[in-house]
Amino acid sequence: MKATAKLALDAAGARGVTYADARAVAIRNRSLTTKNGRVGHASESESLGIGVRVIADGAWGFAASADLSPASVAVAAACAVDIARASARVKRESVQLAPEPAAVAEWTTPYKVDPFTTSVEQNIDLLLRADAEMRAVAGVTLAETGMNFQREESWFLSSEGADIHQTKYSTGAGYTAYAFAGSEIQKRSYPNSFGGQWQNRGYELIEEMKLLENARRVGEEAVALHHADQCPGGAATIILDGSQLGLQIHESIGHPIELDRVLGMEANFAGTSFLTLEKLGHLRYGSELVNVVADARQEHGPGLGTFAYDDEGVAAQLTPIISNGRFTGYLSSRETAHTIGAMRSGGTLRAEGWSRLPMIRMTNVSILPGETPLSLDQLIASTDDGIYMETNKSWSIDDKRYNFQFGCEIAWEIKHGKRTRMLKNPSYSGITTEFWNSMDAICSRDEWTLWGTPNCGKGQPQQVVGTGHGASPARFRNIRVGSAYKGS
Amino acid sequence: MLTQEQAAAIFDRIRRLSSADEVEAIFTGSRFALTRFANNTIHQNVEEENSVVSVRTNFGGRTARSTANQFDDESLRRAVAASESLARVQEPDPDLLPMPTPEEADFGGPSEKAAGEGARSTRSFAKRFFEETAAITPAERAEVVRYIVSVADQHKLTTAGIYSTADSREGIFNSRGLARWHRQTLAEISITMLAGDSSGWQKLNSPDVRNLDPQRLAETAAKKAVDSAHPREIAPGKYTVILEPAAALDIVGFMFWDYSGVAILDQRSFLNDRIGAQLFGKNINISDEVEHPLQAGSPYDGEGMRRQRVPLVEEGVVKRVVYARATAKKMKTSEYAGKVGPIEPTGHGFPLPNEAGEMPMNIVFGAPEEPQTVDEMIASTERGVLVTRLWYIREVDPYEKIVTGMTRDGTFVVENGKVQCGLRNFRFNQSLIAMLSNVEAMGVPVRASGEESLDMVVPAMKVGEFNFTEGTKF
Repeated sequence: MKATAKLALDAAGARGVTYADARAVAIRNRSLTTKNGRVGHASESESLGIGVRVIADGAWGFAASADLSPASVAVAAACAVDIARASARVKRESVQLAPEPAAVAEWTTPYKVDPFTTSVEQNIDLLLRADAEMRAVAGVTLAETGMNFQREESWFLSSEGADIHQTKYSTGAGYTAYAFAGSEIQKRSYPNSFGGQWQNRGYELIEEMKLLENARRVGEEAVALHHADQCPGGAATIILDGSQLGLQIHESIGHPIELDRVLGMEANFAGTSFLTLEKLGHLRYGSELVNVVADARQEHGPGLGTFAYDDEGVAAQLTPIISNGRFTGYLSSRETAHTIGAMRSGGTLRAEGWSRLPMIRMTNVSILPGETPLSLDQLIASTDDGIYMETNKSWSIDDKRYNFQFGCEIAWEIKHGKRTRMLKNPSYSGITTEFWNSMDAICSRDEWTLWGTPNCGKGQPQQVVGTGHGASPARFRNIRVGSAYKGS
Repeated sequence: MLTQEQAAAIFDRIRRLSSADEVEAIFTGSRFALTRFANNTIHQNVEEENSVVSVRTNFGGRTARSTANQFDDESLRRAVAASESLARVQEPDPDLLPMPTPEEADFGGPSEKAAGEGARSTRSFAKRFFEETAAITPAERAEVVRYIVSVADQHKLTTAGIYSTADSREGIFNSRGLARWHRQTLAEISITMLAGDSSGWQKLNSPDVRNLDPQRLAETAAKKAVDSAHPREIAPGKYTVILEPAAALDIVGFMFWDYSGVAILDQRSFLNDRIGAQLFGKNINISDEVEHPLQAGSPYDGEGMRRQRVPLVEEGVVKRVVYARATAKKMKTSEYAGKVGPIEPTGHGFPLPNEAGEMPMNIVFGAPEEPQTVDEMIASTERGVLVTRLWYIREVDPYEKIVTGMTRDGTFVVENGKVQCGLRNFRFNQSLIAMLSNVEAMGVPVRASGEESLDMVVPAMKVGEFNFTEGTKF
């Protein structure tokens, strides 16, 4: 595959480009699900191909092909050059790339157990046992489980001399119990909704998840929600669990800091951002307790945004995004770095597979835990009147990332420092900066988890990649609760 | 890209490699090109070509799938082996049916020839492949973008969007003699025009690039951006709304996953206990109709069954849902038989194995008796909101079918029968059941394309009591 990438690079170079890179990628995936005691689907897939990116006449061109014969690779490279020259017909400025040392490197995701060495029987048996535990609860009408593994091996070569070979593993699993009765469908998920928990690790992640230990509780909570009171509306103090806070970070911090959005490149689909350039270093994004980083390094943890080099050969980095509440950094690329006066890319350019053009993506955008020891129990104990919400059920945010609304699967009322009655259909909404400025407590490292969002969509054609979000439970004051059910 | 004959030859090799009782191969391939522009310049311009074979093997009720995009002997051998080993470790599924024969897949109509013999449907089907679309070059796309940018420059606006073309093929072959092949093209243009505090948007696609009118799309998007400048802020609440077709499509599209036999059996459909009831207004008629001249897509489903026209809603009453073969068999012996209308395979199944079963994917709204243009809807509105586009729609309540989302790129105040000015964007939380019970007027259904739901044939709608719950800052 490396020789194929070299061939593409040479073919592009022969056509007079000023820059070229080639990514040859081989992906293997296993996907297993169960539903109500039976295998839902069992599938494996392989995908190989190459993407060639060039700058010619000051403009970008990109072409990708699954046909790895020398002739077809040369055709793909020529196609990329032709496309770049066509792009140059509607060009205002030539592309500028921030300098980057040409890396020569090998890197593999650290893992203990290669997930593809585990047997399908073993995988399915675990899922079916979790499925059975959920359905052992009277009132559970549907139980669904899932497990996924991916191995992505890539060879990145550039005309500047980069030669990077990376192999990334990701693993994910989770389940949901549904209960339909009367005129309501309620559900509970574990360890997170919409696919569970995902990280760049091996099968050891599955072994640590305690899938069987939590399945009965999840089923019981789905059924119990039918007897719970409706979550009240109005202004309230809320505490969010770490998984929900991870999605809140993803939507109201991670997307608005993408520099391509800020610069209008995503205006037609994903949208723009309220974080216009003059706000860098000045905007009070959140309270003093809000410290957020974008960190792709292994030191941050095995998130879905962890790697050694991004897809244009820039080394993984830590970028402070919000420091003691102040907005301090964007996610950038070699092409966009100069717009914020940066001498170097922040190393966030990634692509889905081999066939798509890399673009700015979240790495691991995480809120740092509180420095003062604080457990969730202690946080609840220190709250006189509030609502504790767990596990995302719905999410929506406007195209500049100001107004958001989230629904959660379950909540509990907090009275005088104690978790009291269960509440169903909780939701909250607000304006991004007002929300983050209302945070007055966050739990410490012991409660912090690096959550994975495997399904982040962006770009045209749309690309889906995984992102990481470390978070611990946190408290927010004077938040609008219940708008989702108001008048509808 | 694979031809039908090449795919048939690959299927023959797959059959020889497999020891399974039955074998199926689904082929998909496309050459896709997209020119993307923003800030009045082309900033991304891509082309990709890929072909994939997905192999399903079946051993006495045990089935699994494996996918590859290389067609050498070793890659195919690995794909077949992976499918077989995944299948063998499972317990037999009593609901799994033998793969369909050509006669069954055609519901008794004209049969296909055997696989590998250049099979082609003998039944008529609207042409969905156009050489004019397949032949578009990067330079031709750039010229269209140059024109769109000139419209933006003329109005002192900034534009962003895409112009894409695709030439795609899909085929399904099975060891019981079924052979299906479908080729189609699709051209798409989406344009956003941005001003200082406002924006406008238009999008259209068609198998035939000659049906797109970049000039009209660009001018309309620009007019919306100009006319919605300096948006007014009004209090959230219930308003009469006029949803242009793309906005109507994106919100109603969220209910069609539930028009599925498996969704009823799983008790996750808002139609559980509601089929046969007057759920919507009497002016609502909806069918699934792949052969409608304004629809696109393949005429067969994930098992190769020919997609049938299915009337889903008649005069506001949900009459029936769609079925894959196995779902229909299971439904007939379930507690729901007798409560869900006609039960029969309709040709809407996803490739097996899967959990979701089936879904109607070619929705067509019935034309109203007295269609109104959007201008006529505006003229008859004392106070309301005109919506161009909806965004980030998600389900809040699965049984009451409450969905939330935002307006975007061209939201206007309508007062005294006229568009008065732009409006800051709203968040809505709206039950689709209530919405389709409050449709006061509709236009002539057109082919529309949004971002959240499948393309469909849908009218503009004037809806009473639409529930806006919050505003935003722009």
